Amino acid sequence: MIQTAAVTWTALEPILPELLLIGIGVLLIGCDLFIPRQRQVLPWLTVVGCITALIMVLGARPVTAFAGMFLADGYAMVFKAICLAAVIMTSLISEPFWQTVGTRQGEYYSLLICSLVGMLLMASANDLMVLYLGLELMALPLYALVGLHKRDQRTSEAAVKYFLMGAFASALLLFGMSLLYGLTGTTEISRIAKMIAAMQLAANPALLAALGLLLAGLCFKVAVAPFHLWTPDVYEGAPTLVTALMSIGPKAAGFAIFGRVLFYGLPTLQSHWGPILAVLALLTMAVGNITALCQHSLKRMLAYSSIAHAGYALLGLLAGTEEGLAATLAYLVIYLFMNLGAFAVLILLATPGQCRESLDDCRGLATKHPVVAALMLIFLFSLTGIPPTGGFIGKFYLLKAAFAAGYPLTVVGAVIFSAISAFFYLRVVRLMYMCEADAPGLWQMNVTHGMRAVLGVCLAGVLGLGVFPGSFFGWIVAALAGN
Amino acid sequence: MFLQLFFAYCALMIVASGLLAISLRNPVHCVLMVLVLFFHMAGLYLTLNAEFLAAVQIIVYAGAILVLYLFVLFLVSLREELHLNGFVPNAWLGRIIAAGLAVLLLAIIPAFILGEKGEWTVEAVRQVTHTKALGQELFTTYLLPFEIAGLILLVALIGGLVLARRDQAGSGDGVDPEPATIGKEVSQ
Repeated sequence: MIQTAAVTWTALEPILPELLLIGIGVLLIGCDLFIPRQRQVLPWLTVVGCITALIMVLGARPVTAFAGMFLADGYAMVFKAICLAAVIMTSLISEPFWQTVGTRQGEYYSLLICSLVGMLLMASANDLMVLYLGLELMALPLYALVGLHKRDQRTSEAAVKYFLMGAFASALLLFGMSLLYGLTGTTEISRIAKMIAAMQLAANPALLAALGLLLAGLCFKVAVAPFHLWTPDVYEGAPTLVTALMSIGPKAAGFAIFGRVLFYGLPTLQSHWGPILAVLALLTMAVGNITALCQHSLKRMLAYSSIAHAGYALLGLLAGTEEGLAATLAYLVIYLFMNLGAFAVLILLATPGQCRESLDDCRGLATKHPVVAALMLIFLFSLTGIPPTGGFIGKFYLLKAAFAAGYPLTVVGAVIFSAISAFFYLRVVRLMYMCEADAPGLWQMNVTHGMRAVLGVCLAGVLGLGVFPGSFFGWIVAALAGN
Repeated sequence: MFLQLFFAYCALMIVASGLLAISLRNPVHCVLMVLVLFFHMAGLYLTLNAEFLAAVQIIVYAGAILVLYLFVLFLVSLREELHLNGFVPNAWLGRIIAAGLAVLLLAIIPAFILGEKGEWTVEAVRQVTHTKALGQELFTTYLLPFEIAGLILLVALIGGLVLARRDQAGSGDGVDPEPATIGKEVSQ
């Protein structure tokens, strides 16, 4: 009865980047424990490890491994590149941030790496079990990272809230998955699609319930309204650096499983999830953009803006076409650069004892620190979606895909909400350039090489993708078609 | 018939003890309710012909993990509770949504049909014994999920340590309420 399927070492080849990162993560704990004096090694080890993994991911050929559970296709590659880039850039700006805050936690980098491994597994998962375990592996270190800065009362509250909401969302997701497994008898995502077509389950109420539960769980994970309620508090309470990471890496990984389940697993139900997502996307953009209007904290405003951007990114997904998927991917790449840039500036503004997170702290920034103000200006222009920047191109592709798929009303709504968002983004610009500073006097900014590199890369990304979008979009389409 | 009655009893007890576990005030009572829950989970595994899992459920969860929970409870002073504002302003809104979801899920049961069957039928499992079949599958077909689960345990350990450790600068109260919650996550 039992056939011994021997696991050979060559079978591990597709997961080599993940294995490398796990090795680095364990090494980081060891370094922190045994050579505590050489702490400056830790960020560099993290960055070098992630860059190596990034090269391995970009150079890998499309394969399936572990009997179809693990899929290293073009779709996974783009998402993995986004997550890796997000972690590389956050670890580059970590040291000045923790110096400013005044705490130091050696485990920070290894938790970051473990969370990254979870994201990579989510991007590659072709099996509901791997997908869920990847999700938990991503989320657990994040709960700890959110609560890292213990002197602040807000952070423990944010950590508890994030943990409870995350567990709740996981439960919904698991319920949906178990229904799906019961109906089709398999957990492999591509096989689920075949079974649904073969058994003609498309109109089965049980399958629709499974779809509903899955959608609710996934929307929690990527913070789509009405499941976004945890986001502003958690994003505001978490250390700024962790917020920057959370608004990009886990969100991109969330979109990866979102797309994998809906686009590859349940394509036959597109007529059901398309309109639902259209409504949710509109609602998300409305909630995110309108609530952001009345925020006084820059960090909280960026939290709401990240909710709104999740709504934009949904536009490509709901189209249910290859083009739409490519548009979502392109948007997430652009979003990585512009959002991380804005958060990097926010981190740069902070000095020991003063977090400078409110809008009033931006007053007169242009006269004090013209370069920083100019960078913030470009990132905010891109977040608004003003032409020469990447944000415009990203939104353009998304709207085009949604329009081509037959959702003109959603497109009109997205344009209107995008115009509304200009108000609160450009208000920051007005405060920086057209207002006098409240308190005169310069403060010293802690500009390290890592920070310079990150700001430079973000600037190059935002402007470069805005000016030469064609080859970039072509690369993503080719990567998607390559599997 | 007996199986169905047994299932209904276990399911009801699981729901009831789960509800009590989150609503009782005394943490020790909560842990005991979780113990009741675990025993009935083991009962459910028995109805599925998974005797090995049922035994593991009782030995590992009821025997080991719950004792750890009790230790945590005794070590961490719970005099200061962490109060959170409700996510939903009115508790009844949540209850109505939960009840609606329950009704909806009950309504779809008639439409539920079983998908394709795997190769491990009850007879096949009996032939090679449970432990052997389970081990064989776990370390070949499901090697990747198994290893990821191991990594999750490691991460939970590190995360728990990070949260439980006193701040170097000494922020005063020291112990955080999180270790217990992280511990629960390990067991899931």
